[in-house]
Amino acid sequence: MSFANLLRLAALALLLTFLLSPQSFAPLFAPLTHYGAPPIYDQGNLLALALAQLGTVLVAAAASTLVAVGLGILVTRPVGAQFLPLSRTLVNIGQTFPPVAVLAVAVPLVGFGEKPTLIALFAYGLLPIFENTIAGLRSCPPAVLEAARGMGMSPAQRLRRVELPLAMPLILEGIRLSLVINVGTATIGSTVAAKGLGEVIIAGLLSSNTAFILQGGLVTGLMAVLLYDALAALERRLSLAVPLD
Amino acid sequence: MIRVEKLTKRYDATTVVDDVSFEVERNSITVVVGTSGSGKSTLLRMINRLVEPSSGRVLLDGADTRSEPAHLLRRRIGYVIQGNGLFPHRTVAENVATVPRLLGWPDERIQARVTELLEIFQLDPALYAGVLPHQLSGGQQQRVGVARALAAEPAVLLMDEPFGALDPIIRAKAQEDLLAIQRRFGTTVVLVTHDMDEAFHLGHSIAVMSEGRLLQYDRPATLLTQPADSFVARMTGLSDRALKLLALTSAGDAVLPGESEGPRVASSASLREVLSELLWRRADSALVLGEDGAPRGQLTVAAILARAHP
Repeated sequence: MSFANLLRLAALALLLTFLLSPQSFAPLFAPLTHYGAPPIYDQGNLLALALAQLGTVLVAAAASTLVAVGLGILVTRPVGAQFLPLSRTLVNIGQTFPPVAVLAVAVPLVGFGEKPTLIALFAYGLLPIFENTIAGLRSCPPAVLEAARGMGMSPAQRLRRVELPLAMPLILEGIRLSLVINVGTATIGSTVAAKGLGEVIIAGLLSSNTAFILQGGLVTGLMAVLLYDALAALERRLSLAVPLD
Repeated sequence: MIRVEKLTKRYDATTVVDDVSFEVERNSITVVVGTSGSGKSTLLRMINRLVEPSSGRVLLDGADTRSEPAHLLRRRIGYVIQGNGLFPHRTVAENVATVPRLLGWPDERIQARVTELLEIFQLDPALYAGVLPHQLSGGQQQRVGVARALAAEPAVLLMDEPFGALDPIIRAKAQEDLLAIQRRFGTTVVLVTHDMDEAFHLGHSIAVMSEGRLLQYDRPATLLTQPADSFVARMTGLSDRALKLLALTSAGDAVLPGESEGPRVASSASLREVLSELLWRRADSALVLGEDGAPRGQLTVAAILARAHP
């Protein structure tokens, strides 16, 4: 087993051990607390919070992917080319508008809980997927597209059999970026009562408990790194089949 | 077989192909030759409607090519481009099977056809069927490109500078392969090139294009002996036209009765090759052998030279 794989396995083991049995790490976090405050978050199940946060991120990413890939396909077709500037502007606003501000706007409309968080993450995650979809579709060699037309593929067949498979590594990279950014961003959902590790961080901030802040942050960070790594491995497997030349 | 009638393509103010008409015979190779920007590629691409004509029409076996959707028409016409355009994410077998799959052939028939074609193109199916295009050499990729174009047994094969990216030795082999394939399947081939030697080597008929217009459409020998204008004459090459003319006739067609002590040549060799051999060996005559190896007659230097002018 290579060093990198060993490191991956160690990180995963550390994350799982901590989530399944957080109390066994109590001595480690105890020096960070004052006046006998609990060293391990005790107002909720860490595993459940982590899973809830991951779930929210995955649902938002699925929606982002659907919309961003769909838009990317549309604006690279002749009929949709005129929508490229508009789509790009909308997607860029989604990225530049701070997720916290999206929450503030969304709460009066949809109420507290998961919904405003999903909206904020969805908007925040569009840009990388959208831009990578366009880049991937545009990177298809012209000779290959010409051959696909010359063979008698319809536009839909060209898209499904040639363009999308060739663009897939780049699209996946976009999804990966979007996911990883949002695993971290999702912690802000806890300000509007969405279940997640943000709860742990906020509890730490309110009670000046550094141990809580560190636990929420570390678990979120480890999840992001492991997710990033797993998706990168998946991409490598896929792009092995398609040379870049 | 293919009838091109008053075909014109305009992009805004520029006329790329200007009122071109000609007819391609069944089971023949027609080479369209011209300088870059002459419109030869656009002309070819209008035959399978990759480019839609501004005016004029193309008849395939008497039927207007616009009588069916363009993508269905293209499935009936083989198409080979420079740089082959193989699908990089599909194996060699999947690439070759592209059009039969689009046509919905049953799996066994596709499998059999792919195997047959790979064998014809000297690509052992056991070794090459499952590999991806980037694992092949340039010459092998080019052969897969032609095999893919022929997979659905098209009556017509269009080739756009198919050998342009190959080195001279592989190109010569690819040209011989094409001639053999054309004889074997009786495919009607229209090939575009800027290489006049390639045109003379492959073409039963040659169409010379310049600035969108068809200057001359004739047998190769006629192009040499009766060029339509000075451009065609320059295009076909003034400096070696006598040798080009000799290259168009085979020893078997020019053979004279008699015996010779000189070098032995095959009846399939061109007069140019026989002359070269005679000059090299300082001989006056050659013995021409038939395909069975039996003497068919002889050829003298004087008899060959007599054929080197109009």
